[in-house]
Amino acid sequence: MSVVAERRPRLRRRHLNERLSLRRIGAMCLRHGYTIAASWPRMFDVIYWPTVQLLLWGFTTQFFLTHSSWLVNAAGALIAGVLLWDVLFRSQLNVSISFFEEVWSRNLGNLFVSPLSVYDFAAELMLMGAARSLVGMLVAALLAIPLYHYSIFDMGWALVAFFGALLIFGWAIGLAICALIYRWGQGAESMAWGAAFAIAPISGVYYPVATLPAWLQPVAWALPSSYVFEGMRAALIDGSFRADLMAWALLLDLVYLALGAALFFAAFEDARRRGKLLQQGE
Amino acid sequence: MPSPVTPVIAARGLTKRFERIVAVESIEFAVAEGTTVALLGGNGAGKTTTISMVLGLLVPSAGSISVFGTDMMRERQRVLPRMNFSSPYVDLPHRLTVLQNLIVYGHLYGVVDVKARVAELAADLAIADILDRQTGNLSAGQKTRVALAKALLNEPDLLLLDEPTASLDPDTADWVRGYLEEFRRRTGATILLASHNMSEVERLCDDVLMMRQGRIVDTGAPAALIARYGRRNLEEVFLDIARRRDDEAAQ
Repeated sequence: MSVVAERRPRLRRRHLNERLSLRRIGAMCLRHGYTIAASWPRMFDVIYWPTVQLLLWGFTTQFFLTHSSWLVNAAGALIAGVLLWDVLFRSQLNVSISFFEEVWSRNLGNLFVSPLSVYDFAAELMLMGAARSLVGMLVAALLAIPLYHYSIFDMGWALVAFFGALLIFGWAIGLAICALIYRWGQGAESMAWGAAFAIAPISGVYYPVATLPAWLQPVAWALPSSYVFEGMRAALIDGSFRADLMAWALLLDLVYLALGAALFFAAFEDARRRGKLLQQGE
Repeated sequence: MPSPVTPVIAARGLTKRFERIVAVESIEFAVAEGTTVALLGGNGAGKTTTISMVLGLLVPSAGSISVFGTDMMRERQRVLPRMNFSSPYVDLPHRLTVLQNLIVYGHLYGVVDVKARVAELAADLAIADILDRQTGNLSAGQKTRVALAKALLNEPDLLLLDEPTASLDPDTADWVRGYLEEFRRRTGATILLASHNMSEVERLCDDVLMMRQGRIVDTGAPAALIARYGRRNLEEVFLDIARRRDDEAAQ
């Protein structure tokens, strides 16, 4: 055997030519896991905002509980709204943040000359977004139990459905924002923090969609988040799980995720044409 | 593996335009297996653009580029595991330690025993004592060695280096050149490097592609180019070409 063959590290043949690879996705999750573990502000950030939101709206809810008969019937609607809204917001933001971390560290060039495919990359961004959102929500939800004697887990399996639907919508928005960064560079970065808030008022997070002006309601019903929050209120007030609302939410999720992913992949190809993969940086 | 007649890299009519700017214009070249070839030229000559197209990071406006007989625009994923790259224009994540970065990239490249491979490279490249340090806190020389370790993780059949000794002190630069010589001798890898450094090119390279304003204006072995232009070294040849005296000199 030649010296070359003896010294050459063995490579796994499986998956190398496939577009998605669990090994490569895992490697990228490890990369972001290392980043979070090495930085206490990042670890803190995962739970900070969900907790702050919970405290703010939790105490607001407690005040209204003594002043509003509707809220007495819908006890927990505001707290649940806060927690679930944060799932959407964090999911979107965390997809974008994982992407930004590669841009900030000028690592995109290294990543895309490795066997990492753009599909692996998108899958990893979504997985890390989901993991961070789950941790943030869990901490805040557990905190709500001793503070407000409210457990969002009482919703049972409906909570899983709500969480999943909002997570997917967050992924879709997050991927679309990454596409903007590919195209317009870090000038578009502020979109990551503002995009989800633009849809908050019309998603019926804290009030029914029927509260909105009539002309705005069709826009609300075009968003998966509106169906989730209506479903959440149905679960809390009527104690019923509205499968029809969830079906609409998931259907719209698929549409938005397909659009977000298409934008992400198209922007990647555009960056390859315009030479932006080596130029993105701080 | 490519047949003996198939070059590792083959560029045909390779062109890249950025709107009205022509960065690379209809270049043709081939790099044979086991050779070290330099892209030599001044700033803006098109070296980095050419390397980016070889890597498939940049889509050509016209022409084609193949590596190991594979079209890099359509099937780059097939050959990327056999290639690697190092450049001062890209970085590794600053907050990760050197070890963490090398482990992540080892997994990305599908190295089976990543920790053993990292240990081997750490010993070879004298980075064992900085494995636990954050990559962002390293000196330029240390960063270069770590980037080289990343580029050698999969022991690539084709190594692309963009200005591998830029910003290094003469001692570290000399060490890097020595290591690259040893790497090629030991593995038989093919190396394409872009450089401004003439002594580096004379020492490392079998062939030189002289670039100016996006075109290949001359090619040949360093010694042959020096003889053809009647100069004492490659630096004088470079200056001839950069100052457009190449036509006179060739005559």
